[in-house]
Amino acid sequence: MSEKKIITTPLTDETVEDLKIGDNVLITGTIYTARDAAHKRLVELIDKGAELPFDVKGQIIYFAGPTPPKPGQVIGSAGPTTSYRMNAYTPKLIGAGQKGMIGKGEMSAEVVEAMKKQKAVYFAAVGGAGALISKSITAAEVIAYDDLGAEAIRKLTVKDFPAIVALDCRGGNLFKEGIAKYGQK
Amino acid sequence: MREIKTDTITDAVRQIVMDAATDLGDDVVAALKAAKKVEKSPVGLDILNQIIDNAKIARDEKAPMCQDTGYAVLFVELGQDVHITGGDFEEAINEGVRRGYKDGYLRKSVLGDPIERKNTGDNTPAIIHTQIVPGDKMKITIAPKGGGSENMSEVKMMKPSDGIEGVKSFVLDRVLRSGGNPCPPVIIGVGIGGTFEKCAMLAKKSLLRGVGDRHPNKFYADLELELLEKINKLGVGPQGLGGTTTALDVHVEVHPCHIASLPVAVNTQCHAARHKEVVL
Ligand code: SF4
Repeated sequence: MSEKKIITTPLTDETVEDLKIGDNVLITGTIYTARDAAHKRLVELIDKGAELPFDVKGQIIYFAGPTPPKPGQVIGSAGPTTSYRMNAYTPKLIGAGQKGMIGKGEMSAEVVEAMKKQKAVYFAAVGGAGALISKSITAAEVIAYDDLGAEAIRKLTVKDFPAIVALDCRGGNLFKEGIAKYGQK
Repeated sequence: MREIKTDTITDAVRQIVMDAATDLGDDVVAALKAAKKVEKSPVGLDILNQIIDNAKIARDEKAPMCQDTGYAVLFVELGQDVHITGGDFEEAINEGVRRGYKDGYLRKSVLGDPIERKNTGDNTPAIIHTQIVPGDKMKITIAPKGGGSENMSEVKMMKPSDGIEGVKSFVLDRVLRSGGNPCPPVIIGVGIGGTFEKCAMLAKKSLLRGVGDRHPNKFYADLELELLEKINKLGVGPQGLGGTTTALDVHVEVHPCHIASLPVAVNTQCHAARHKEVVL
């Protein structure tokens, strides 16, 4: 098992530049959840030039919609959702200062271009490991779009949230590299 | 004629809804552990470990293994000598789903209309497939299905001239194009033959088989193993990040078909391959 890099939020250009595909990271600090419906609303606000419900500068957005917490829990199971559905929105949010995404599966060439230009990073978390991942979430609060239920924007406090750098700010792509390395004819 | 009350159905469904979300089958866990022994990618190995740990936490703490607790898909084998009393059969099932998703603190992921996209708030209506069979029992199986892997499924009306080689290429291509989206390692259900809707149903039903269960016909059993080997040579790997474990199993089901047709369906199932059954 390779060594884990500890990173804290908000992310700086230096932190992002230091990350390369295949790095195992543990994220500590604040991250924000948003899925399809919340992204749509955020981008509508950006298009109108209106203020966002939270300052995205330097922040990581986690593509996730958790299960409801049981009594006494801060959050239910909270693994990543599939990222390609956010392809249409993420470049605009990166334009507004977002520095990181956490999800599962690959993102589009447009997202990668925006990541290269503005220095952003994409982490893969393990899809389907929601019970394990929620152990690294120490606080959760709905800060916008409560009407969306599981899709509301939640501010999460995380400690040692496990993820892997899958797309880096130089265009490195672990999905493509992985297939090239392990694919057999 | 045997009587089964709708309340009994509701209670049973509520329970299997909750059990399915938290308790991954031993066959899947064993296959994940076996995969660890052969996985060549260190990142892939780390992911397999996380998935196995996750399944244990979910079972021990009765926590949903995945936050996408799915669309409730139910298969009912209804004995023809059963008389259902006390209310509406499908409503009894929906009430069980409603209670199970509420009492189990499961995520409600069902929208009342595909375009308007407003959540129904209780994960109903369920998808219910009922088959009338001989006997006086009722078997209910739930297979909750997440969106990530369902979205990576496909039906193709192939030409008869495409033959078995065409079927194989379609399946492999579908898995390759899916990449990390359906949370590999996956289980691939393949339906061949029948009609447009029948092959999709075959693919879906094939996923109810346990990991390692082979088709009774040797030709198709061999096809399952060949596809499994070829899928694992694609290099997609755990979560699509590269590796030698892309699928845990492949299940094929077949049906007679029209002289002009060769329908093929691939239903992609993630490693959170949840299903539970109860016999009333
Ligand atoms: S594809 Fe399966 S494991 Fe992945 S998020 Fe969806 S339900 Fe969970």
